[in-house]
Amino acid sequence: MTAALQVERLNRAFGALPVTRDVNLELERGARRALIGPNGAGKTTLVNLITGALKPHSGRVLLDGKDITGLSQADRARRGLARTFQINQLFRGLTVLENLCMTIGERDGHCNNLWRSAGSRRVVIDEALDHLDSLRLTDDALKLVRELPYGRQRLVEIAIALAQKPRVLLLDEPAAGVPSSESHLILDVVAALDPDIAVLIIEHDMDVVFRFAKEITVLVQGAVFTQGTPNEIMNNEQVRAVYLGQEDHRGGRHG
Amino acid sequence: MPHFAIIAVSILFDGLAYAMFLFITSVGLSVTMGLMGFVNLAHGAFAMAGGYVVVTLTRNLGVGFVPSLAIAAVVVGAVSIVFERGLYRRLYKSTDLEQVLLTIGLAFMAIATATYFYGPIPKSVPLPEWLQGDVNLGFRYFPSYRAFLIVLGAVLITVLWYGFERTNIGAKIRAAVDNRRMAESVGINVDRLFTLTFAVGSGLAALGGGLAIQLLGLSPSFAVLYLVLFLIVVAVGGLGSLKGTLLAALVLGVFDTAGKYLLADAGGFFVYAVTVAVLLIKPAGFYGRE
Amino acid sequence: MAASDTTMAAADRASTRERAADYLLRRHRFRAAEALPWLFAIAVFFVFPDRMTFGSQVLVMVMFALSLDLILGYAGIVTLGHAAFFGVGAYTVGLLAARLQWTEPISGLFAAAIVAAIVGFITGWFLLRYRGLTLLMLTLATAIMLQETGNLRSDISGGYDGLPGLTFKPLLGIFDYDLYGHTYYLYALAVLAVVFYFVRRIVYSPFGQALTGIRENVRRMHAIGSPVHWRLVTVYTIAAAIAGVAGALFTQTNAYVTLTVFDFDNSAKVMVMLILGGTGRLYGAFVGATVYMVLEDYFSKLSPTFWQFGIGLVLVLAVLFARRGVLGLFESMGQYIAERKKS
Repeated sequence: MTAALQVERLNRAFGALPVTRDVNLELERGARRALIGPNGAGKTTLVNLITGALKPHSGRVLLDGKDITGLSQADRARRGLARTFQINQLFRGLTVLENLCMTIGERDGHCNNLWRSAGSRRVVIDEALDHLDSLRLTDDALKLVRELPYGRQRLVEIAIALAQKPRVLLLDEPAAGVPSSESHLILDVVAALDPDIAVLIIEHDMDVVFRFAKEITVLVQGAVFTQGTPNEIMNNEQVRAVYLGQEDHRGGRHG
Repeated sequence: MPHFAIIAVSILFDGLAYAMFLFITSVGLSVTMGLMGFVNLAHGAFAMAGGYVVVTLTRNLGVGFVPSLAIAAVVVGAVSIVFERGLYRRLYKSTDLEQVLLTIGLAFMAIATATYFYGPIPKSVPLPEWLQGDVNLGFRYFPSYRAFLIVLGAVLITVLWYGFERTNIGAKIRAAVDNRRMAESVGINVDRLFTLTFAVGSGLAALGGGLAIQLLGLSPSFAVLYLVLFLIVVAVGGLGSLKGTLLAALVLGVFDTAGKYLLADAGGFFVYAVTVAVLLIKPAGFYGRE
Repeated sequence: MAASDTTMAAADRASTRERAADYLLRRHRFRAAEALPWLFAIAVFFVFPDRMTFGSQVLVMVMFALSLDLILGYAGIVTLGHAAFFGVGAYTVGLLAARLQWTEPISGLFAAAIVAAIVGFITGWFLLRYRGLTLLMLTLATAIMLQETGNLRSDISGGYDGLPGLTFKPLLGIFDYDLYGHTYYLYALAVLAVVFYFVRRIVYSPFGQALTGIRENVRRMHAIGSPVHWRLVTVYTIAAAIAGVAGALFTQTNAYVTLTVFDFDNSAKVMVMLILGGTGRLYGAFVGATVYMVLEDYFSKLSPTFWQFGIGLVLVLAVLFARRGVLGLFESMGQYIAERKKS
C-alpha cells in the first residue's frame, strides 16, 4: 500500500543556514503522527516544504505515491493536502460562514463561475453549516471572524482545513495562543478527526502528544533525530536529554 | 577626439551629475521605506519645499546659494519630524493603500500651498559666479554646476557610507532594516531610529530639491512630477539599501541622459523600460531582500 | 424532560442555521434602495437639461471608478496606473475615428473593451505576481510607458496635441448628437447600466467571493487551493475592459483625446473618487465620482489652488477618520442612530 504522504531526503537552507536536512517522513492512511522538537528545529519549515509554501533545494514530496514536488501550493491543496497555520490565517473581514463557503467553493471549482450568484447554491451553504455544527460554531456563523475570541478563531482555522476534505492534514500547533481553559475544546476536535485522514501534528504540550499520537518524529536542528511509538520516545534517553528534559524546565506550553 | 567619444563622455558626465541628484533626493526615501515599509508619496513634496526655501533665502533674504542649501536641508528635516510624529506614525501598521492616500493628500496640499505663495511659474535661483560657466578638466570643458553636483554627491556618498557602515547608529539602522523584530528584541529603539532617519532623509530630499532648481527647474508640480523617478530609483535599488540606491541612480541617470541625447523624442521611455525590465527580473530591486 | 430539552436545542440550532443560510441566500438580491442612483440620474436629465455634457462626464468617471472598485475594492490590488486602460480605450476609439474613419460609436466601445482587455491581460499576467511597492511601481510605469509610446509615435497619436475634432456617426444610425449632449447622456447612462449589471453579477458570484478572499488573506487562499494568480489576472482583464469602455465614452462625449488621459493625475483622481465614496461596495463609485466631480466643477472655477488643497485635506482626514468613505460614514451614522433608539 502506498503511503498517504511521503517525504524523501528533503533539504532546504536559508542562506548558509541549513534548516531542513535530509528529512524522510512517511504518513500511512489514517496516521496519527506528532512532530516534536525544540524551538528552531525547523518544524514549521518542514510543513511549508510539504505544502509547497517553500520550495525545497533537493528531495521529493509524494502524495498518494504521486510526486508533487513541482506543484504549486494551490495544486497540492486541491489534491487533498490541507494545513492549519501556527498563527491564524483567516478572512478576518468576512463572516465565519463565508470563510467556509469560500473554501468549499474553491474545493469544488465553483469559484471559476463569474455569473451565478454565490448564494444560490444551497448545497454549499448547508455543507458549510454542517462543518460549523460539528465544531459547535453554528452560533457564530454570521459573526465576522475578527470579532471572535482567539480560541474560536482557532476552531475556524481547523474548520476550514476540514472543509477541504483533505486526505492529509498538517496541524501546526492547533492550540497555540489559546488559554489553557479553552484548549481542551480544540484538542477534543483534533482527537475526534476522521480516522481516514492522515494527520501530522506539531505540538509542544507533551500530554497532548502522548494522548493523540500513535507515532512520534523528533526533529532536531533540521534533521530527523529519531522516530518511534510514544513509549519508545518517552523512554529514549537521548530524546529526554535534547528535548524532553529541556521542555520540563520551561514547564508547560508556549506559543 | 572622435565624435562618438565626445558624445559618450558628455552622456557619462551629465548622466553622472543627474545620478547624483537622484541619489541625494531618493536615498532617504529608500531607508525610511526599508525601515518601516512606509510608502511615502509626499517625499517629493519635501524636496519641493527644500527648493522653495532655497528660492526664498537667496532671492528675498540675500543668503548665498550654498549656505541656503544647508539651511533648507536643516529646516525641512526639522519640519519633517513634526509630520512623522503627528501623522505618519499613526499609519505604520496600516495597508499600502492608506499610506498611499494619506501621502498623496499631503502632496496635493503641499502643491496647492506652494502655488499659493510662489505661483505656478517655474522659479530660478541666483548662482554664485564659480558655479556659472564651464570648468576645464584638461581635455574638455564641462558645466561647473554639474561638476559641483558630482563632487557634492561623492562627498555625501562617502559621509553616508561612513555613517551607515562604520557608526553605531548606522549598524542599528541596518539591523532594523534587516529584521525589525529582532532589532527591537535586542533593545534598539526602532521608533526613535526611524524619526532620525526620516528627518535626515527629508533633509537630503530638501537638499536635492534645492539642487534641482538649476538642473530641472522648480514649480509646484515638482512634488509629483519627479516623485515617480525617486520611487523608481528606490524600487529598482532595493528598499533600505544604500548601495542599491546608488547603483539604481547611476543606471537610471545615465540611461535617461543617453535616451535624451540620442533619441530626444523618446523622452522618459528608456527609464521606464529599464525599470520594468529590472523589476521583472529582480522584483525586490538590485539589493533588496527577496 | 431531557427529551424535550434536546428537541428544543435541536429546533434552536435548526433556526440558527436557517437564519445563517438566509443571509447568504438573499444577499445578492436587488434591494429597493438600489434604484435610487438610477432615479437620480434620470431626474438630473430633466432638471438640468443644459448640463448634460458635464453629466456625461460624471457618468464616465462613475464607470471608471467602478472598474477600479472591482480590482482595488474587491480583489485588493493597489494600482497607481489604472489610467493606462482608460487611455487605451480612449485612444482605440480616437484612432479608429481619426485614422480609419471607423466612427460607429457602439462598435467602437466593443473595440475599446477588447483592446483594453488585451493590454490588461498581458500586463496583468506579468505584474500581478508582485505586491506592495513593486506592484505600485510597475503599474505606474505601465501607464507612463504607454504615454511615452504615444509621444514617440506622435505622427499617429497626435502627441500631446491629441486628436481634436473627432466626429462620430449617429447612435444606432438614428439619434444624432445635439448641442446640449442629451443623446450622449442617455447613451452613457445606458452603457453604465449594462456595465453595472455585469459588475454586480461578478461581485456576488463565487468568483467575486474568491476575490474578497484574496484581498482578506492571500496566504489562506493559496492554502485552500485557489489559483490566485489566475483569478487576479481574470479580474484585472475585466476591469481593464471596463476602464477601456469608460475611456471610449470619454473620447466620444468630448470629441477629442490627448495623451494626458495617461497622466498619473488621472490614476490618482479615480482612486480618490473611489476612496471618497467607499471601496468594495459598488455604489461607492457612484457617490464618490459624483461628489468629486460636482465639487471640482464648483471649486476649481472659484480657485484651482483652493480646490487642490481641499481635496488633499479631505484625503488626509478620510484616512485618519473615515476609512470607509462617504458610504461608510452613512453606515456608521445609521448604526449609531439605531443603537440610540434601542437604548
